[in-house]
This record gives sequence, C-alpha cells and structure tokens, in this order.
Amino acid sequence: MTEHFAALRDAYGEALVELGQKNKNVVVLDADLSPSTKTNMFAEKFPDRFFDVGIAEANLISIAAGLASAGKIAFASTFSVFGVEKGLNQFKQSVAYPKLNVKLVTTHGGISVGEDGSSHFCVEDIAVMRALPNVTVVLPADAIETKVATNSIAEYEGPVFMRLSRPKTPLVYEEGYRYAGVNLDFELGKSVKLKEGNDVTIVATGLMVTEALQAASDLNREGIDAGVINVHTIKPIDEDAILKAARKTGAMVTAEEHNIIGGLGGAVAEVLTENEPVPMIRVGIKDNYCESGPWKELFAKYGLTSANIVNAVKDVLKKVK
Amino acid sequence: MVPFNEKTAQHDEELIKKLNKIALSLRRDSLIMTTKAGSGHPGGSLSCADILAALYFHHMRHDPQNPNWAERDRFILSKGHACPALYAALARAGYFPRDELWTLRKTGSILQGHPDMTKTPGVDASTGTLGQGLSIGIGMALAFKLDEKKSRVYVLLGDGELNEGQVWEAAMSATHYRIDNLTAIVDLNGHQLSGCTDKIMKIEPVVNKWLAFGWHVIEIDGHQMKQILNSLDEAEKVKFKPTVIVAHTTKGKGVSFIEKLFAEGNCKFHGTPLNESELAQALEELHD
Repeated sequence: MTEHFAALRDAYGEALVELGQKNKNVVVLDADLSPSTKTNMFAEKFPDRFFDVGIAEANLISIAAGLASAGKIAFASTFSVFGVEKGLNQFKQSVAYPKLNVKLVTTHGGISVGEDGSSHFCVEDIAVMRALPNVTVVLPADAIETKVATNSIAEYEGPVFMRLSRPKTPLVYEEGYRYAGVNLDFELGKSVKLKEGNDVTIVATGLMVTEALQAASDLNREGIDAGVINVHTIKPIDEDAILKAARKTGAMVTAEEHNIIGGLGGAVAEVLTENEPVPMIRVGIKDNYCESGPWKELFAKYGLTSANIVNAVKDVLKKVK
Repeated sequence: MVPFNEKTAQHDEELIKKLNKIALSLRRDSLIMTTKAGSGHPGGSLSCADILAALYFHHMRHDPQNPNWAERDRFILSKGHACPALYAALARAGYFPRDELWTLRKTGSILQGHPDMTKTPGVDASTGTLGQGLSIGIGMALAFKLDEKKSRVYVLLGDGELNEGQVWEAAMSATHYRIDNLTAIVDLNGHQLSGCTDKIMKIEPVVNKWLAFGWHVIEIDGHQMKQILNSLDEAEKVKFKPTVIVAHTTKGKGVSFIEKLFAEGNCKFHGTPLNESELAQALEELHD
C-alpha cells in the first residue's frame, strides 16, 4: 500500500474557499500568518471578506467576535500558541461567554511545528480550550478529516476551537471521508472507531491517530488485539464510545500530541474514573518543554511514536487484574 | 483635531433641556442601584451619563420594542464597569422595567456586574475585561460595510482603559480598514481604580495619540450636551476614517462630595457605592 501524504492546513485552506463560494456570510481573519495558515487561499478568492489584522492576536479574536455578532461566520486563524494564548481572554470574554459564532482554527498545534522550537509549540491548547464553557474542541486526524470537519464546524452555530498541524502527514482516511472502503459521516461530538479490538483500546487524536493504527498493527503481530478510536472532538467527548470500549477491552491507552495534563488523556480519564474505572496510560508530552528539530525526530525524542504506544499498551495490560 | 465650534450648534434648547434632565435621572438611578447592590462603580457611571443620554435618547437609531432589530445602531460599553449608567438608560428607554434596576448584581438578575449581551435586552456586547470593545466594534462595523447596512457603531472607552495595548491594536486597524461607520468616545475623567491616570500610567497626550493613529479627533466637554450632540453629528460626516470624541469629563459629576474626593486624588468612589446617608445627600444634589 502506498502512503499518501497531505497537510491538514492545506485542506483547511481548500475547505475555506469552498465554504466562501457556498456562503457569503463566511469571513476569514488572520494575524499576518496567512501564507502559513493557508487562509491566503480564501484571501485571493474573496479579498473583501478577508481581514489580516497584522500581528495583533487580541484584536484578531475580538474583531472576529464583532463580525459574528453581526451575523457572520468568522474563521480566525493563526498558530495555536498565538491564537490560544495571546487571545485567550478575548476568546473567553468576547466569544465563548456570549456564545458567538467564531471558529478559532490554529494550524500549528503541538510540536510538529518542528524547527521553530518551543516558542512556537503549543502543547497546552486543548487543555486550555477544553476548560472554557461553550467551546467545542476539534482535532482532525488528517487532511481528509480536516475538510469535513471545517464544513461541519461552519454549519454548527457557536464557538469552536479546531487545532491543525503544519507538516504533510499520512492520510488516515480515503478520499471522500471513507475508511476501509466504508463511507463515514463526520459528526461533532462523536468518535470514529477505526479498528475493533478485544484486549485494549487505543484512543487517539490528531496526528497520533496514524501512530495508534501503526501500534495496533504491530501489536497484532505479537498477539495483542488492540482497538483504535479516533476522537476528533475532544469536547464534547464521545462518552458512550469510550465507555463501551472500556467495558469491552478493560484497558485504555490515550495518545495525543499534547501535554499529558488536561488534554485527551485528561478527558478520557474523567469519563472513565466517574463511570468505568479501568487501567489507563497516557501517551503524550510528559509535562515538559521541547526543542527545535525535524518533527519526526521530535516525536521520537519526546515519546510520540507507535513504539511508545506499543510499550504503553504492554504496561497497561500488566495492570489488568 | 477639530475643536468644538459653538457656531455649528444646531440643537434647540428644548432638546438640550430634555436630555440634561434624562442624564440627571441616569445619575440618580446609577447611584441608587449601586447602593442597593452594595457594590459597583458609581464614579465612572456619573462621568458618562450625559454621553449615554445623548446616544440613547436622541442620536442612535434603536428600538426598545425590538432589541434585536438588525438595522439598529450598536453601542458597546467598553468600560463595562460603568454599566449602572447603561442599565439606567436601557430601562428608561423601555428595554426592561425600571424595577429590574434594583436587582443589579443579585443572583438571578438580568443585570450582571458587567454587561452581558446574553442576559440583558439592549446590551450589544459582553464587556468588563477592559480593552476589547473597540475591536468588537470594528468587527461589527466591517460586517455592516459588507452587508451595506447603514448601522453605526458607538464605543465608549474609559481613559484608564487606554492603558490596555489592545485599544491601540484596534486604533491602528480601524484606520487601516478606513472605517467610518464607527465613533469611539473616550470618557476622559482623569481617574482609574487606584489613582489619577497621570499618576498610575500617563496617557497624555491623548489627542495626539489618536491623531497619530490616523483618527479624526473631536475634543469636547463631555458634560455640555450641545457639544456632545454636535460632535456625534460631525463624526457621521467624516468619511474613510474613524472618529474619536475625546470627552473631558469629571469623575463623580453632579455630586459635590464625590467630585471633591476625586479632585483630591481619592478614588474611593471608583468602585465603592454610597452608603444610605451619602446617597440621600447625592440625590438631593441631583434633583431636577
């Protein structure tokens, strides 16, 4: 099988152009990063509906709020570290609290930003956004899911944070949002079961979905039957699917390109501990700052590979009584 | 900068008298409601009462019977802590019964400690964390341009609020986008929470700052109703750039002992309500 690669941010740019053609109320804002976030594709087609506010993230978020309050569907984009953290109080006060129709879509989440280094990484964005009431948090696994997710959040009325990534990464899905030949529906708040398993469930999000699938395939060769669930919506999280999998397999591993505190691992732990406590291990950044480097090397150095998931699965299975 | 010119005055005495009377009632209600609430911000509510009276009872196009009328002008109280004056204006205009004012800051009230657009009819933006209102207003103004709507946006800022960097991000972008359907008003009362503005963080020269950012600036006495009305009219005539009205005001305006404390640099009544006897004395002074 040949692997196909595409960047989530490219798919986002294409999706915005399609949205712009369909709906004249779609407006897009950026903070001087449009060639990187790919909102420049929308800007070329619809210059009147594109606003580059310059390097001013607080202004970015609040202007988006004003546009939304006057009836627009406002997509605001920059890197995670800037959009989430320099515009946080603005996002909370002028977007989330009054439930305005702003989509904060950041294209450089996690550490796969790579060579730019720690100042440009964001391994806490999910935790921060997940803690804000009224905010839906979305992390697509590949370019194909990014496209359907972008359409879906445009249709949904309310504040959304969607985190994308910089590099070209393997496609998880087939063209038209299919998996293993089956057509899928993207539904906010629902997860996608990519593989059934009996011994353990790997719950992954974003770029770690690819690693989770690889881990499951490697584990299979060692006689361990691991299921894989892609949680593309971290909030609201698909409690039913997580609990069902926990009851079936009795052990869980979460995998995310994020601090192990407060992200997907935190969200899954919350669901399990209150309903169906089963042994669980979180794969992610171990509460530390990272460094510059090619993103694949960083994934290896900071514990974000299929091998790390395989080890976590073996460890969690030791905890199962 | 365009200084106020008496010759452009065109509003008749009857209107001025009516609006001054309304401003007095907004001052009275602001003080009564903060005293009843046991907390809130009387000083900055008194300094902007005349501006609110001019906007809500003469200048802005709005419909209290239809608070969500899409074509209405928008008002953003960026200095959200002065909401007692805004709530008093909204009640008097008919957005909700005056009795609601006495529920300010109480559990279950539609009148939150700072403006909440989801709870209060007539409130166009949720504010309270300073510095965001001008940006929100720019977003609205851009949307109205796209939709070819005639609605205008009014944003009232505090002078202490000018400490916030986001105000200047917004000031820069408003001229960049050539926004001329937005009027900013600075309530330049000279005080912020913990002292005089020139002592806490020097913001002068305020007029030059806005000029440097490319705004059309009108400097007025923010308690002279004629000047307020004329400046609002003039702002509408300015094309391809935004206008800011720098309104020189007195914090605690209309109540001698509050004005005196602020003048001495004592900012107690920035965020402390009057007690019952102080309120009685203040209401006497604010009688129309």
